[in-house]
Amino acid sequence: MGPSGQDQTSSAAPAPSVLRRVLDSDLTHSFLRSKVTVAAATGTLLFVLAAILAPMIAPHDPFDLAGLSIMDARIPPVWMEYGEPRFLLGTDDQGRDLLSGILYGLRISLIVGICSVFAAAAIGISLGLVAGYAGGKIDALIMRIADVQLTFPAILIALLIDGAVRGIFGNLDREIFSFWILICSLALSFWVQYARTVRSSTLVEKNKEYVQAARVIGIPSVIIMIRHILPNVLGPVFVIATINLALAIVTEATLSFLGVGMPSTQPSLGTLISIGNDFLYSGEWWIAIFPGVALAVLVLNVNLLGDWLRDALNPKLR
Amino acid sequence: MSKFGKSFAAIFVAASALAPAAQAATLKFAYQGPLTQLDPYSLNETFTLSMLGNVYEGLIRRNEKLEIEPALAESWELVDPTRWRFHLRKGVKFQNGNDFTADDVVFSVDRLRGEGSDLTSRLPKDTKVEVVDAHTVDFVLSSPNPILPSEWETMFIMDKEWTEEHDAVKITSASDTTPNYASLHANGTGPFKVTMHEPGVQTTFEKFDGWWDTAKHNLDKVEFTPIGSDATRVAALLSGEMDMVYPVPVQDLKRIDGNGSTRVMTGPELRTIFLGMDQTRDELLYSSVKGKNPFKDVRVRKAFYQAIDIDGISQKIMRGMSTPSALMISPLLFSRSGEFHRYPYDPKAAKALLEDAGYPDGFSIGMDCPNDRYVNDDAICQAVASMLARINVKVNLNAQPKAKYFARILYSGGYDTSFYMLGWTPPSFDSWNILADLEACRDDQGNGGAFNIGGYCNPKVDELAKQILVENDPKTRDDLIAQAFTLTHEDVSYIPLHQQSLAWGVSDKLTLAQRADDQFLFRFVTKN
Repeated sequence: MGPSGQDQTSSAAPAPSVLRRVLDSDLTHSFLRSKVTVAAATGTLLFVLAAILAPMIAPHDPFDLAGLSIMDARIPPVWMEYGEPRFLLGTDDQGRDLLSGILYGLRISLIVGICSVFAAAAIGISLGLVAGYAGGKIDALIMRIADVQLTFPAILIALLIDGAVRGIFGNLDREIFSFWILICSLALSFWVQYARTVRSSTLVEKNKEYVQAARVIGIPSVIIMIRHILPNVLGPVFVIATINLALAIVTEATLSFLGVGMPSTQPSLGTLISIGNDFLYSGEWWIAIFPGVALAVLVLNVNLLGDWLRDALNPKLR
Repeated sequence: MSKFGKSFAAIFVAASALAPAAQAATLKFAYQGPLTQLDPYSLNETFTLSMLGNVYEGLIRRNEKLEIEPALAESWELVDPTRWRFHLRKGVKFQNGNDFTADDVVFSVDRLRGEGSDLTSRLPKDTKVEVVDAHTVDFVLSSPNPILPSEWETMFIMDKEWTEEHDAVKITSASDTTPNYASLHANGTGPFKVTMHEPGVQTTFEKFDGWWDTAKHNLDKVEFTPIGSDATRVAALLSGEMDMVYPVPVQDLKRIDGNGSTRVMTGPELRTIFLGMDQTRDELLYSSVKGKNPFKDVRVRKAFYQAIDIDGISQKIMRGMSTPSALMISPLLFSRSGEFHRYPYDPKAAKALLEDAGYPDGFSIGMDCPNDRYVNDDAICQAVASMLARINVKVNLNAQPKAKYFARILYSGGYDTSFYMLGWTPPSFDSWNILADLEACRDDQGNGGAFNIGGYCNPKVDELAKQILVENDPKTRDDLIAQAFTLTHEDVSYIPLHQQSLAWGVSDKLTLAQRADDQFLFRFVTKN
């Protein structure tokens, strides 16, 4: 604790000190001690790398319609009878290489997941800060809205938003809009947890001496909230964000599975599973199973990371 | 139901094939799309009309083999070449107890030709309907039409008093968003009445005891549930939750047949699936080409045609359950179909045609497609999109549920499309209907070929259609039809794809008749 305390005082801006604390503190120690966590982190890293490098490592470009041939449709994985070496994990009903589909789908799933987590965190943190710091009617208003929203399952809200937006703007240009609609609907479904956590931490922090001191010397509320309180309430937010990333990826997959997410010309993992679902009975299991396994492993890895982060940042467990 | 009851019913059915109605039963079935409308004139779509055909009746009807039978009209005759006389059946009651009379026929025919109707093509617009007496009606035409009643099975007769009483004379068209009373309730003369209708959720029917005909079915209740997911629909049949589901996804035929208690009924279907192109607007609504319409150039239409690998679609998407078609009509309905051949699949030739037409780099085009209407419609459109991508045409595919789809692309939606997929079964089962409804020139008001969404127009074809209508010699008539089809083939008025196969998944408890037009009529069903 000693060195990190010194770091905090020596650096002028609070934001990097948080970063340093994450890097230097006993987090690193606890991380290296848990083999499961290291494995999960490696797995997640591999998934992220695979997603980033998809255009380089994927054998085909699944978005390039001109490269698809209907005669390649429903080819089984390479180790099965009628399998072809060109298609390691087989093809879907349009002749799309599944391995490439999964790599690119992973990309979309991760981008949608990460973007929506950032968006949800941004909304949740701002509202939580305002609610906690301002208190009174504003607090009551924001938190009651949050309470009402908590009574609905997130997936339902995402479906509602998705449906409403599509209803208003029509169905055209799905390829571009689907992506943004998805992120918005996910962000608006998941902001509540951030808001509640940040609000409760803010309630504690705002009565501490450093905040009162800042207030006394006349620093505007906005600056106090952002530069003084925010860095001290971010710890739990990281935990929620990691766990929510897994949740967001699963929700995105669910929405796509239900046909309101990414279109089949730009499949995410959920879209691929949804396509494969129609063929489960007819013995073409690979179309649904491989994307399903990829999704499950990705979510498991992210969840394990989140669990570890939660325990590591929990002072009671130290 | 006790075991005794069931076995009794089984013995009863086995013992006497002559007994028309066995034990009363409930039929549960599922279809891939919802029943959006109960108004019989708002959507000219086989499924909707087939469901309503259990509730409403036309002056004529067709039996299991699609032969014309008297229904609400007992008999009819040609008084002179332009005057058809129909003698209506006496003592027929609507399901609300009202009497069926000539007034109802006049009212229905006027409503059918009114604003918002999708069935205006069932009879010429200038036809006069005259009441001779309470049970005799004359249809006076401006020019002879010897096959007039052949399209009338689905020209359903409504009750004038009921419709007026509920303020439902104005039709809820496919693009209207607020349904009127007649689109949520039904009151026909048919063998079943609608007891509950929640669009998109469930529709229940009950036997109508006051039906004029003797019931050959033994159903007293029918429950219809739309199930969009292929896998779920199959599971519902296999688990016994549904007695019948259709269409069966082509990949699951074997599984249903091999299940032991279910079977698949297949057969050639009369519907032709095709792609249409907007050839009438000066600029396409959805395309990167501005200031001109590429589809006006026959080379572009032919390039699209030749870019489509129809055998690939047939083998891989339809798994052999389709017959590629060169014509816009099923070979079962036109004897000389064998003389016509598709333009061969040839992407190189297609690319050359596009270059000739001045589009060496291709262009982009919006394509509209239903995703719950035809067998694998969405998958076919996706495949077409990737095939066209090879000749540098970028397709922005907009696959949507049929309720939204039809609301846009039909006349009621202002023909709001540039490139679309549709299926067509001529209600008269005759080539003339194709020429009149799909190939005839039309104006923006939908006069002429009302379902000629792309607006193809060749006056020579229209002239031939006129001759075909009044030609009585079968051979000369077929000659004229062949001439007309040759012209439309050369013009590439459409891109015909295939006739899909009928595929109904049926529980072994059911005995039913499968009509080649894919109409599912409860009066042909018995359940043990």
